[in-house]
Amino acid sequence: MIKLESVNKWYGDYHALADISESVGKGEVVVVCGPSGSGKSTMIRTLNRLEPIQSGCIQIDGQDIYAKEVNVDGLRSRIGFVFQQFNLFPHLTVLQNCTLAPMRLLKKSRAEARDTALALLDRVGLAHKAEAYPAQLSGGQQQRVAIARALAMNPPVMLFDEPTSALDPEMVGEVLQAMKGLAKDGMTMVCVTHEMGFAREVADRVIFMDQGKVLERAKPESFFRQPEHPRAQRFLSDIRSPWAAAV
Amino acid sequence: MFDILKNFGVFYLIGQYPHGPLGGLALTLILAALALLFALPVGLLLAMCRISPFPMLRLPVTGLIYVIRGTPLLMVIFWAYFLLPTLTGHKTDQFSTMLAALVIFDGAYLSEIIRAGIEGLPRGQMESARSLGFSYLQSMVLVVLPQALRNMLPSLVNQFISSVKETSLGYIISLSEVSFVAGQISTQLMTKPAEIYLLLGLTYFVMCFGLSRFAFWLERQLAVRSVKV
Repeated sequence: MIKLESVNKWYGDYHALADISESVGKGEVVVVCGPSGSGKSTMIRTLNRLEPIQSGCIQIDGQDIYAKEVNVDGLRSRIGFVFQQFNLFPHLTVLQNCTLAPMRLLKKSRAEARDTALALLDRVGLAHKAEAYPAQLSGGQQQRVAIARALAMNPPVMLFDEPTSALDPEMVGEVLQAMKGLAKDGMTMVCVTHEMGFAREVADRVIFMDQGKVLERAKPESFFRQPEHPRAQRFLSDIRSPWAAAV
Repeated sequence: MFDILKNFGVFYLIGQYPHGPLGGLALTLILAALALLFALPVGLLLAMCRISPFPMLRLPVTGLIYVIRGTPLLMVIFWAYFLLPTLTGHKTDQFSTMLAALVIFDGAYLSEIIRAGIEGLPRGQMESARSLGFSYLQSMVLVVLPQALRNMLPSLVNQFISSVKETSLGYIISLSEVSFVAGQISTQLMTKPAEIYLLLGLTYFVMCFGLSRFAFWLERQLAVRSVKV
């Protein structure tokens, strides 16, 4: 479904992605983790061309997405993307947020778009907030709307870029719940996240990155029980007991 | 004061109309309204060019904006006055000359306000619109501009108020707008400049104050609907 071959990216002299080769199968859920600055967000942003790459090749459904003739808008409409900062459109209601793209891009009728959107909002538990504006929602609710908005385009792939990192702790659960539901329904997902519980429960594979390189790929059980790479070991012990290093 | 209004009130309001060209306050209002109407889309277009990734669009427009911002409006009016007839091949009337000068001048200023409004929005807005599959232009029109225009309303109104007052510079090319007419009345009466120019000042104040209040009302209407995140 998604295939990266020797992908390289530089910001000036800084080697942000170093020779990344990965593949994600249909229906697979892959969790990407690693310390900040490791390139995991950059990597996931290259998958829908939010970031250009300098060399290598990324294919989605067998199509080279950086090829010149690719219609980038059409490509992106088939990839759901959920941002750390939600990025809902504050001037539109929750419902309008979810119907804008289907009506304009998929040429759905207002009624049809509305029905789909309400069903998706119901799925993330927010149908009753359809007429609210984003600013009236909590962070967790906004992120669930963002998931519904992405799903409204009915994409075969969903990408999540640290979807719970900007949330208050008590709101993380509701967002993960929505993501778990998706994963169990067979959605192909790539998630940049540090939520180990989520990774353990639904991920098929964990990828650990640091300094633009993939250092380890493993099944979640083995990765969290005993990671092989020393950097991964240090990372896991740091996020499990953040005070240990300071003592 | 009442004598002046009685004798010259109609002249003040509509100039020599219907026995001659329309002038006075009516002409000022029409000029200001048309200037605002045309300057906004011009400003929008210039702003789009100014933030465009294509140097072909960006560089000439950036240059133009710097030139206009570095020149007094009076100069722009003179340029328009002497240049437009040469360019178009036939004599342009004072009204079109003044309108052209105002639209170019205010368009340049508005474009910088609009550019700041667009660049002041979080980058994520454009990114999330693009990631849904909208083109650059669609994202601008559907997502970025509605928010940006709302945020920059106070600055826009500021500029609009300036435009209203700038119409008085039509005086210099003998456009019979309200300041020019006031000057004529003053010359005829000889002894009442204070009263006449007080009336003129009040006239501008009422127009600008009205515009400010309207903007204030509009801002509140918009604020009711959504709160900034």
